[in-house]
Amino acid sequence: MSKIEVTPGMFSKAEAKPSLKAPLAMLAGALVVLIFFGLLGKTGNIDFVWSDKRETIQLPEFTVNSMLFCTIVGALLIAIGAFSLWLSLRNKKTPFWLIAIYALGSIMALLGWLATGATQGVQMVFILSNTLVLAIPLIFGGMAGIMSERVGVVNIAIEGQLLTGAFVSAVVGTMTGNLYLGMVAAMIAAGLVSTVLASLAIKYLVDQIIIGVLLNVLVIGVTNFLHSAWLNNDSSHLNFPGTFDRIAIPFLSEIPIIGQVIFNNRITVYLMFLIVPVLWYVLFRTKLGLRARAVGVNPLAADTVGINVAMTRFWWVTLGGMVAGLGGAALTIGNVGSFGREMSGGQGFIALAVVILGRWQPIYVTLSALLFGFTIILRVWANQVSPGIPVDFITMVPYLVTLVAVAGFAGKVKPPAASGQPYIKG
Amino acid sequence: MSMKNKETKSLPQETKAQSVLNEIMSGDPVRIALSILLGFVIGAIFMVVFNEDVVKSWSNFGADPNYALSTVWWTIQDGYGALFSGSIFNLNSDNFVDAIRPLTETLRFAGPLIMAGLGVALTFRVGLFNIGATVQIMMGLAGATFVSTRLHMPQIIHMLVAVAAAVACAMVWGIIVGVLKARTGANEVIVTIMLNYVATSLFTYLLREPNLLLEANGGGTPKSDRPDGTAMMGALIGTEYKLNYGLIFAGLAVLFYWWLMERSTFGFRFRMVGHNSSAARAAGIKVENTFIWALAISAGFAGLAAAAQGLSVDGGLTTSIEAGIGFDAITVALLGGSRAGGVVMAGLLFGAFKAGSSSMQVAGVSPEVLGVVKALIVLFIAAPPIIRAIYRLPKPGSKVLEAAKSAKVAKVIK
Repeated sequence: MSKIEVTPGMFSKAEAKPSLKAPLAMLAGALVVLIFFGLLGKTGNIDFVWSDKRETIQLPEFTVNSMLFCTIVGALLIAIGAFSLWLSLRNKKTPFWLIAIYALGSIMALLGWLATGATQGVQMVFILSNTLVLAIPLIFGGMAGIMSERVGVVNIAIEGQLLTGAFVSAVVGTMTGNLYLGMVAAMIAAGLVSTVLASLAIKYLVDQIIIGVLLNVLVIGVTNFLHSAWLNNDSSHLNFPGTFDRIAIPFLSEIPIIGQVIFNNRITVYLMFLIVPVLWYVLFRTKLGLRARAVGVNPLAADTVGINVAMTRFWWVTLGGMVAGLGGAALTIGNVGSFGREMSGGQGFIALAVVILGRWQPIYVTLSALLFGFTIILRVWANQVSPGIPVDFITMVPYLVTLVAVAGFAGKVKPPAASGQPYIKG
Repeated sequence: MSMKNKETKSLPQETKAQSVLNEIMSGDPVRIALSILLGFVIGAIFMVVFNEDVVKSWSNFGADPNYALSTVWWTIQDGYGALFSGSIFNLNSDNFVDAIRPLTETLRFAGPLIMAGLGVALTFRVGLFNIGATVQIMMGLAGATFVSTRLHMPQIIHMLVAVAAAVACAMVWGIIVGVLKARTGANEVIVTIMLNYVATSLFTYLLREPNLLLEANGGGTPKSDRPDGTAMMGALIGTEYKLNYGLIFAGLAVLFYWWLMERSTFGFRFRMVGHNSSAARAAGIKVENTFIWALAISAGFAGLAAAAQGLSVDGGLTTSIEAGIGFDAITVALLGGSRAGGVVMAGLLFGAFKAGSSSMQVAGVSPEVLGVVKALIVLFIAAPPIIRAIYRLPKPGSKVLEAAKSAKVAKVIK
């Protein structure tokens, strides 16, 4: 039997019509870069610092006039936007690598514009490595979101699972003195939170969103209480785990820029590089993943062909919680080194947004999470270079991007059809 | 209720007792009471297990079991006793004014919670999950503070204008959510989460901007001036209490909510869309417009909460003025079952928690335990299966209940 690829537009022309909103939004962004950053931009110079001082191979700094740089990048972005519009008018999809180049170009223009005239310049290694580390909890949270929404359960409790993981990994890591045990305990604890969500949502058909919100409130309440009534009394024996050691991969960590950014990290980062591709492979290339997605799109049909809907949902949601717990561990023993009150600070909610922005695809979700990680470090970095505009506005950007995306400007955002709906076996 | 009693009277003795019991046990008030009780019990366990004195006394339980048991009792008594005397009636005071002060504090804290809770409750009734009360409160605060610090007007009028500004600013942000939901189909949960972050940044910016809210001679910290005296919500029952006119607004808001949802055509449409939006659409109701209206009015309630909060502060506004009201409003609405009376009771309970937490702190019990109690109560109420499983209550429509009902029906037919 020959394999037939089902493409949009195969059955009807109407479903294939790409929206013009996305290319137009790209063009609008490009115009902002060209006019405000480039033609009307600042006159000073930008220093692009490519290498960290620790590195063995040092790349030369690249200094360029701000207006010139932003004008060239702006023109390039306009070209990409126009090409994308042309493709859309011919009913073709804009290839993903082109959107990636567009994103990279606009980020470079923004960084350059902000750092114009600043003495320390644009420190690429600092920005990129922090982006990655800060994105890790979001990526694991996002994977948890994918795993539960792909089988049709909305997991608002990611925030609570991250916080559980952060708390348990710090406490168990300190008490046992073994951070790997802390990490495993974090996964188990967050998995248990997910089990509560799964059983209430699947077996007792309680509203998934309400249960998720309440589990968050409960975890925040419990960790706040334990933090103030227990951890603070003896924090050196309860909440002082430290962090995993950095593991520099031989040779690879010597490569300029990416060596320091990617190949000299803690185990939590390397686990991310393992889990994301595995999840992608399982979801889209195995029978197990096909079944899971079937349950999330049409549980009745899945049930009819003999898939156990309730069990599939239960296990995917529970495993998702364990992945989120790993994200929580990445917050404490993978980055900060101790547990702080409400330290997840809404990252579980951002993970939800990241899932939508990345269209429920592990790879895209990872890239969207990196965008949010980038903005967290951008806020820190922008405070140092003191740009012309209030930092508060820079902070808003990723949330506005998400709003624009969910409002349908970045193409049609379509969740798994049965997401959030309980399935009652009739 | 009286009708039911009459019917049950004629039932055989055994079935009658059983059916009455069943009806009560599966009915809402009892379930809520049991949830609250269980929440407090588990909270007590948390207090005891993580109390140093208790742990010490139990480590030599064999030597002095009486002491070990009494520390448990004293810990619980200290904690919940402090909660009681901090939120309802202060037993240790020698004059009446001080004795009832805790009650007025509870009412003061409950006001904004009730108003914001009504806003969230309204969207629940329309079948929306608006968790953006935080945004709306922050923007309402910004509006109220701008009017109260930058404009100068006579007494009362100034306050009313500030309240109106708060409501208007909040409603704008409700309408944004409504339009995004209605016109693009964006999920309101995600939209409100994102707007919460946008608004937090925007609020900080507004407080930092000298032309808008930043205090005169202000430095780098985002903080506003104290509102003009003419715009402040004055003392309601005498200057010895902090209780202010905000409570009147809360009362009016409750009456308005009740009328809107239970008596007006508008509310009927809201409820219809909430029950079954397809049926509502078939009946000719413009569902999308209903969403926008619901979110706008809901935001108006949040704006009122913001006004009550912002026009009663002692000093100027800071970024922490929102005090988690927007998030608490969700739990208040859930606990109150989205009904006017329920929201009032839930608001009072959570207001008491807020009022009592400082005296718990003084008594040496971590008031954070109230966060656990609060979450558990609402979790038990929102998830009936848990509480039914714990107390082994019968399920509504279960065999026991059905048997009782059919016995009743059989009797009536005879």
